[in-house]
Amino acid sequence: MASSTGPSRRQTWRTRLYRWDSKGSPYAFVAPFFLVFAAFGLFPLLYTGWLSLHQVSLYNVRSSRWIGLRNYTDLFTGPPSRFFWNALRNTITLGALSTVPQLLIALGLAHLLNYRLRGRAFLRTALLAPYATSVAAATLVFALIFSPEGGMANWLLGLAGFGPVDWEAGRWTSQFAIALIVTWRWTGYNALIYLAAMQAVPGELYEAAAIDGANRWRQFWHVTVPALRPTILFTVVVSTIGATQLFGEPFLFGGQSGHQGGAANQYETLGVLMYDQGFRNSMLGRASAIAWTMFALLLLLGLVNTLIARQLRRAR
Amino acid sequence: MNLPGTRPRRSALLTAGALAGSLLLLTACSSSGGGGSDSPDGGKTTLTVGDFGTFGYKEAGLFDAYMAAHPDITIKEDTTTAEADYWTALQTHLSAGGGLDDVQALEVGRIALATSDALSGDFADLGKAPGVDKSAYLPWKWQQATTADGRTIGLGTDVGPMAICYRQDLFQAAGLPSDPAAVSALWAGDWSKYVAVGAEFQAKAPKGTYFMDTATGLFNAVVSSAGTQYYQGGKLAYKDSPSVKSGWELAMRADAAGLSQGLKEFDTPWQTAFARSSFATTVCPSWQQANIQKFSGPANSGKWNIAQAPAAGNWGGSFLAVPASGKHTAAAEALVAWLTAPEQQAKVFQAVGNIPSNQGAYALPAVTGFKNPYIGPDAATGQIFSAAAKAIQPAEIGPHSGDLQNDFSNGILLVEQNHKSAADAWSTTVQQIDSSVQ
Repeated sequence: MASSTGPSRRQTWRTRLYRWDSKGSPYAFVAPFFLVFAAFGLFPLLYTGWLSLHQVSLYNVRSSRWIGLRNYTDLFTGPPSRFFWNALRNTITLGALSTVPQLLIALGLAHLLNYRLRGRAFLRTALLAPYATSVAAATLVFALIFSPEGGMANWLLGLAGFGPVDWEAGRWTSQFAIALIVTWRWTGYNALIYLAAMQAVPGELYEAAAIDGANRWRQFWHVTVPALRPTILFTVVVSTIGATQLFGEPFLFGGQSGHQGGAANQYETLGVLMYDQGFRNSMLGRASAIAWTMFALLLLLGLVNTLIARQLRRAR
Repeated sequence: MNLPGTRPRRSALLTAGALAGSLLLLTACSSSGGGGSDSPDGGKTTLTVGDFGTFGYKEAGLFDAYMAAHPDITIKEDTTTAEADYWTALQTHLSAGGGLDDVQALEVGRIALATSDALSGDFADLGKAPGVDKSAYLPWKWQQATTADGRTIGLGTDVGPMAICYRQDLFQAAGLPSDPAAVSALWAGDWSKYVAVGAEFQAKAPKGTYFMDTATGLFNAVVSSAGTQYYQGGKLAYKDSPSVKSGWELAMRADAAGLSQGLKEFDTPWQTAFARSSFATTVCPSWQQANIQKFSGPANSGKWNIAQAPAAGNWGGSFLAVPASGKHTAAAEALVAWLTAPEQQAKVFQAVGNIPSNQGAYALPAVTGFKNPYIGPDAATGQIFSAAAKAIQPAEIGPHSGDLQNDFSNGILLVEQNHKSAADAWSTTVQQIDSSVQ
């Protein structure tokens, strides 16, 4: 420290305080986030990891028994493995069924809203309305639409001359219905993100393209989409994370006794399975093992995403 | 005014403030977890009663009566519709040691777990509470809530003796007898006769109507009326249980013959089906009367009637327990003893149809003379249920009895709704049980 050569002790103290302040303050200001994260993010994560190595009941956490990796081996090959693999498969199919159409529709909507339209501001605000609706309310309405007893979906099918469908009982029909809820809720949100990115695309590019004789479809394909590439990647990542953690919609879709994702577990996702094991069967250890498996799955997805992003950057 | 010396000091203060603030935030979060169940407003004690479904205390005016007789006590009911949700929350609260009500209801499917070593210590011993008369309760009901070392952690509220509720008009339309005594005689003594009557009904039934709401009700009724159910000698023995086997076979037979509408019990379509009059019978534990009236609505008043079940069985019934960690355990015990006394149980029975577990109540004219103005006004409803209650065979209940009942109901739904084969559904059910019982 060179401050010991300062003119007076008082000034040295001030300089030190100033230094300490300019270095320390940023840490202090970000501290609340990290403290809260440690308490509500990191601690539960580590505690869940610890629990996943125990046989422990929800009603008596105090008396847990160390069983090593048995919760994991049970999950992958033991008695509950059938339900685990089924839930994993459902999570993937439900994720694909909801994420892909959701992002494509959002891109199309954003492109349309980017034009000069009458009532554009209103339409843009209206896009967010489904996102602002609670999961419970949206799912309740969709469950009524797809109800076998006088639901609107079957009524429409009837008008078109098709027989009634028991939406909840079938694997694909139930997943289609749930994917529709997810798509409905999140399309507007993604469209707004795309719209914001589209407005940052310089107008000259479109003018140049127009002079070259490109129609609107070609402009969209050759100007808009390449410019939006990082944004699209971002929404893909966020939607994938959301799809992996899908819980509310399939859980509530089952109605009053809606746990385990249908009588044949036909729409049970990993999130629902985790809830079911932890809170219905009181097996906290196994539920924790599912939580950690989901966490590992997300890390894996993150890795894949980074690799793709790197490829894309190189391709440019 | 920005002197060189002032800035650092002020922001050092800010820094300290930010740190202190975040610490405060953390401690505030951790200290708010305690159970804030009572508030001493003006020297009054507030007792909270946690229950599920319809316990009938409010309907029978019992809380108001108790508060009038004890001016220093305020009672708040904390009620949940679905028992499964209620139990999940209760387990979490017991484990965390906070958020518990002064009185907590326990369903019979959970009582074996509540009396086990793992949980019984969390509840007060009500066997020694003042004003409790052990001999008044049905002996098997008392025994169910008693631990191995003789502590009684719950006092019986209602029991669930079963009858069969049936639609008089639909029976007439199908050319079957419709008088309660004649209908009881049709299937007396054997559940398979009930299925046989169903086949007769279905042959001449009005279009679009079914004999029963769901075969899960039939399965459950068969198991519930047997002395051996899911457990034997403290161990899961459902695979060799005769009642599980015959219940499953009868349910499959009923489904194959198209007698069942295949509804999921308590779910919304089940509720609407009552109003649409699409099925003719439902297994009717006493507490089901309230559901029938609620969902069938005034338009169907007088169309339901009630007959004896082929065999006496018990479905449901609850207990009231007092968590030992409560702040007012003595006041809570006194309330529980009063609520489960014969007079009060008889009043609940009259209000919502829950059959008392207190034998003293069976002699009261309120019970023996009871007739349900909505369901079969001429049927001797009170006598049907109290006779069934006395005829119930005590059965061993295990910690997972309630879960197994759910798993089997789900297994039958696999056949009814998802059109799986009986063998497929059985093996899925066994897998589900193997994976959920550790």
